[in-house]
Amino acid sequence: MSAVLKPKSKAIVCDGNEAAAWAVTLARVDMVAVYPITPQSSLVEYLAKFVADGKLNAEIVDVEGEHSVLSVLHGGVLAGARAYTGTCGPGLAFMFEPYLRTPGMRMPLVMSIVTRDTLTPQSVWGGHQDAMSVREVGWVQMYCETVQEVLDTTIMAYKVAEHRDVMLPVNVCHDGNYLSYGASRVELPTQEEVDAFLPPPSTNWHAALDPSRPMAVDPLTGGSGGPGPALFVRYRKGQCAGMQHALAVIEQAHEDWARIVGRRHAPLVESYRMDDAEVALVTLGSMTGAAKDAVDEARERGTRAGLVKVKTYRPFPVQAIARALSGVRAVGVVDRSVSYGWNCGPLYQDVIGALQFAAQRPAAMSFIGGLAGADITTDHFGRVIERVQALAKDGVVGETVWLNERD
Amino acid sequence: MYEIRIHGRGGQGAVLAGGILAAALVNEGKFVVAVPSFGFERRGAPVASFLRMDTKEIRQMTNIYRPDCVLCIDPTVGRAVNVFDGIRDNATWLQTTARPLAELAVPDKVATVGLCDAVAIALEIFKRPITNTLMLGAFAKTTGLVSLDALRAAVEDSDFRDAGLRQNLLALERGYEETVVHKIEKRVAA
Repeated sequence: MSAVLKPKSKAIVCDGNEAAAWAVTLARVDMVAVYPITPQSSLVEYLAKFVADGKLNAEIVDVEGEHSVLSVLHGGVLAGARAYTGTCGPGLAFMFEPYLRTPGMRMPLVMSIVTRDTLTPQSVWGGHQDAMSVREVGWVQMYCETVQEVLDTTIMAYKVAEHRDVMLPVNVCHDGNYLSYGASRVELPTQEEVDAFLPPPSTNWHAALDPSRPMAVDPLTGGSGGPGPALFVRYRKGQCAGMQHALAVIEQAHEDWARIVGRRHAPLVESYRMDDAEVALVTLGSMTGAAKDAVDEARERGTRAGLVKVKTYRPFPVQAIARALSGVRAVGVVDRSVSYGWNCGPLYQDVIGALQFAAQRPAAMSFIGGLAGADITTDHFGRVIERVQALAKDGVVGETVWLNERD
Repeated sequence: MYEIRIHGRGGQGAVLAGGILAAALVNEGKFVVAVPSFGFERRGAPVASFLRMDTKEIRQMTNIYRPDCVLCIDPTVGRAVNVFDGIRDNATWLQTTARPLAELAVPDKVATVGLCDAVAIALEIFKRPITNTLMLGAFAKTTGLVSLDALRAAVEDSDFRDAGLRQNLLALERGYEETVVHKIEKRVAA
């Protein structure tokens, strides 16, 4: 950018679903396929309204289920379209087969996961279990803390997905209920600002459907003979390399965004009051705001508390986490989902894995809260900080703590 | 930070009221977060909506447990839930009711009461007991935290059109004019 663009954005009040719809509109998406599902429904209703109002010049495909949502978008992306959808919970489960295929075919889709706890018991409320269930499928996953971050990240997601070193689909995760329906003041960037940030889609012409150059896409690959094994490994390694490249591309996208619109979000992890911290919280998503307030309250009581927010969850920013937490005495990782395999939170597993690379490795404990729409308040985080202080003293890692067990 | 808990019943527009109030406050330069509660809502069931306002950015995206203000847009929701749960000292209570203050049980912590017979006024304006915009007028009158002009602008910016818009603007106006504000004398500690 040579010219300095003056921020001309205006403040509006909207919830996270509307913010995502504004982002998709400003990103000049060509194609949207939808199947409404709570708590995502109003998001696609906003998109339909924006198309009807002439704000968004996109093809909306109203299909019969989520499996078709992604399958239809695959066709669009292969023809060069910038494409979008959103889903959650059971809808995500129903689209699992094309969801698996999307990163392997290096399709730069953006899909919001308006996170919802998974079956069963039946629940329509927020929780990260749906997004966590697909954390190892090869999509980039970024979690948002605020409504503003939903808007900004959804636009940035296209820059990441379409980058030639990445070429992978991106999930922008925003918490069901607390962000989907939670409204706040949001600065709406101008179309000029977004155009300056995000050029028209760069089509992957290697795979694009072109009638003059017909080709088969996703042919049978692998097996134990001929060129199969090596070719399959090449594809897999390419996907893993794309994910690793995404770390730097995400940082650059956030930097470019900050330069153009004047708003800076931490791209991989955000360190809050960590400079002299002895105990640290690790958080994900909309819970972070209350956790920061709890850190401030603990500081007022004389506790050297800090916080590390994980924004980019896949690829997991191993080195950034290790750096951020190195030197604190104890860490409490707060998950909004569970790992059935290990009786703790999935983010906790990732964090203690990353701490292998920390110069000074702190003790860490797992806390689980906010399942199925439950609230995680400053009081809950106050209790987490107290428990982590005890851990800092005795170094004895206790059982996973369930924050809403007695609410 | 000032925390408001809006109580109503499913279908009355408690969540929409929160949204309109949030827009009005932002127009006046405030920072606002509005979070609707969620549960097994259906038409007529008690619902709540939460709104925080401040002169600086608000970080908590959570429900409200210690409100400075309780805004009841339904006359009987107080029988179904304890609308005063967790209220702070010197709290403000806004209630749609046809009854005078003397007939109401006012908790010790409440310092200001705003009463508006919003159901009766709504039946005149809408021919239906829709009280949400009326009670926003009552909020402006009782607390002075938002101007009637900002509320008007927010209603005009909303999805109301034509007759619906005119009725809701009138509702704001009458809610403001016809709310009776009572300052409660501090009870002497025993």
